[in-house]
Amino acid sequence: MGEKLSQSDAPLHEALVEYRERRFVPFDVPGHKQGRGTPELTAFLGKSCLSVDVNSMKPLDNLSHPTSVIRDAEALAAGAFGADSAFMMVGGTTSAVQAMIMSSCKGGDSIIIPRNVHRSAINALILCGVTPVYVDPGTHQSLGISLGMAASDVEEAVRANPGAKVVFVNNPTYYGVCPDIRRIVEIAHASDMAVLVDEAHGAHFYFGEDMPSSAMSAGADMSSISMHKTGGSLTQSSFLVTKGTRVDPAYVRTVINLTQTTSASYLLMSSLDIARKELALNGVETFRKVLGLAEYARAEINGIGGYYAFSREIINGRDVCDFDATKLSVHTLGIGLAGVEVYDILRDDYGIQIEFGDMGNLLAIISVGDNHYAIERLVSSMSEIKRLHGKERFGLWDHEYVPPVVKLSPREAFYAPQRPVPLASSEGEISSEFVMCYPPGIPILAPGELITADALGYILYAKKKGSLVMGPQDMKLEYINVAITG
Amino acid sequence: MELWYTEEHTPAVRFSIKLKRQVLSRQSPFQLIDIFDSDEFGRFFTLDGLMMLTEKDEFIYHDMIVHVPMATNPGIRRVLVIGGGDGGTVRELTRYDKVERVDMVDIDEMVVQVCREHLQFTSRCLGDPRVTLYYEDGLKFIRRYENTYDLIIVDSTDPFGPGEGLFTKEFYGNCFRALSEDGILVNQHENPYYDSYAIAMQRAHIRIKEFFPICRVYQAHIPTYPSGHWLFGFASKKFDPLRDLDATAWNGLGIETGYYNTDLHSAAFMLPNYVKKALERS
Repeated sequence: MGEKLSQSDAPLHEALVEYRERRFVPFDVPGHKQGRGTPELTAFLGKSCLSVDVNSMKPLDNLSHPTSVIRDAEALAAGAFGADSAFMMVGGTTSAVQAMIMSSCKGGDSIIIPRNVHRSAINALILCGVTPVYVDPGTHQSLGISLGMAASDVEEAVRANPGAKVVFVNNPTYYGVCPDIRRIVEIAHASDMAVLVDEAHGAHFYFGEDMPSSAMSAGADMSSISMHKTGGSLTQSSFLVTKGTRVDPAYVRTVINLTQTTSASYLLMSSLDIARKELALNGVETFRKVLGLAEYARAEINGIGGYYAFSREIINGRDVCDFDATKLSVHTLGIGLAGVEVYDILRDDYGIQIEFGDMGNLLAIISVGDNHYAIERLVSSMSEIKRLHGKERFGLWDHEYVPPVVKLSPREAFYAPQRPVPLASSEGEISSEFVMCYPPGIPILAPGELITADALGYILYAKKKGSLVMGPQDMKLEYINVAITG
Repeated sequence: MELWYTEEHTPAVRFSIKLKRQVLSRQSPFQLIDIFDSDEFGRFFTLDGLMMLTEKDEFIYHDMIVHVPMATNPGIRRVLVIGGGDGGTVRELTRYDKVERVDMVDIDEMVVQVCREHLQFTSRCLGDPRVTLYYEDGLKFIRRYENTYDLIIVDSTDPFGPGEGLFTKEFYGNCFRALSEDGILVNQHENPYYDSYAIAMQRAHIRIKEFFPICRVYQAHIPTYPSGHWLFGFASKKFDPLRDLDATAWNGLGIETGYYNTDLHSAAFMLPNYVKKALERS
């Protein structure tokens, strides 16, 4: 860095603007040549977008070996997140989660991990042959949502598995539930375990006021932060941040480069640079507005009756130690409809796309891009859905947590000889595939787990209710691949 | 120096009026409010640069959005106007002695203030004791009411901007709920001629049809609106504007109008073939 940069700089963005102004003649890839060769695509996405869809070159640095503007942009990001180092990720938070695990574990290691992790974490376990020690994250009795690991449960898991290398934490969960991350960090570090945090839904914790603790502020070693979810960058762009001496940033970069593309998109990277600058400068005001909209929507939705838009009142100091009040999570069983049913009606009848609906709840993401008009439409539509479709509450599934019975490590099961069996008669077999409802993408079954009556019942129920159940190779999910053992 | 106001009716079609002067330009939290004086149309008022009304032809719009439902059901007593900050719709409603209550909900208080100050010709009846003004999003206001109004008039801007929520299924559903069993919903329905407006018209029509057993569309000729040909939607739970028109009763009220009359009432529902086709397709 020549002169000292500040958060009002966006070095990569500025370099791209300069690149465009210098009117380089491109005899490199991409072959669309600043959009000139692809008129239909250029008309669709815009000339200014295509003109900076470029390849690595000296003035624009190189993501796999950053020495100039990308290095500067990453340093600014590290500063903004209170981290020691930051890495721009262009393969989504999935790639960040995998890089965290692969840079802190090796084959044969074990990891203490809540069951309600995103599949990306379990995928990483398959890739590097790590065995999961699952911690039951707890289930909210009336809402039926999975919560955050209680610190006491983590403590117990650490004591029972002293050889584990890592404790993995969601902060927050999809619904906005936060664990006692400071305490969990203390427990893990006392046994010399690293703490890796999935903050896919927590980018705003670093920039807003009165937000739950962020991973970096709690002293965690690494975190994966989806800038694109609540931070305003383009889909698929994320940050991986690290802090402290337990992780070596140079090694993390090496691990990232094992699987990351060598043609990283400058559209994604510049969006990260601009979003970081924007949040660092205006995040407090932005998230004050977001929180105001969420609080308003919650009050209005709770005023309709039947729905329960929950918030900080569910904090219990055990498996709900904080709550992200910018999330608009709504329990729908009180109007006699599953969350996924309301989710479908909102989309099909009202043209409103929300983040997800599961059995008992739905989640609307409120962010930097929302305004009052949109909130009024959501609230009014939910009021109409109750009037037109509401039923007596009956016969709905009231438990989300299906306790896993791990028979093989995910990697063993994934690579074991397999055979397909009809799903309906698969009870008692060991699944070699994932099964999950998407979103939120939390596994009901992961490779290596016993197909229990509970798991099977939940899958069949979710299928019947119209949830997108996916994972298995059989797209219709009539068959599931199971491991042939012995 | 010549000063002209120009509205782009489509990206390729412009409509211009020569100005005498600009009276006012003010940015509200919701939209840009402008008032101009011209020789041809007198004083006129725009929001975000789009024509809302002119002194010369506003009577056409306000006659048609009010007298058509009022002549269909002379028993209307409780009326809700959504939008309509200029006060022209309220002005026509207050001419009926039988109307007991007019609630007007406009999201933008500044529009109402500006119109009260500079557009006396439309706003002069906003102080009528039967009239209550509310400043909030119409979509929010309507959620709170059930079986409350005999007539709801949606006097809104186009569905691109603050008015967007007033062209949605959730809005029409909430209106249905807020109306009495005799209830009528009239809304400005865009023009059928230019594509972007025609699509908005079709969408609105589909959504209203889902809730109301009686759904008709009528027309008027408004020189300063895009294409000059404007539609209104008439939706109702019980009253049919053609079957139930009581011409003698309405004429007995002695309300003088510049555009509306009871012959034109029925004629306005007779639509050109291309409009009929577009509505049938929707």
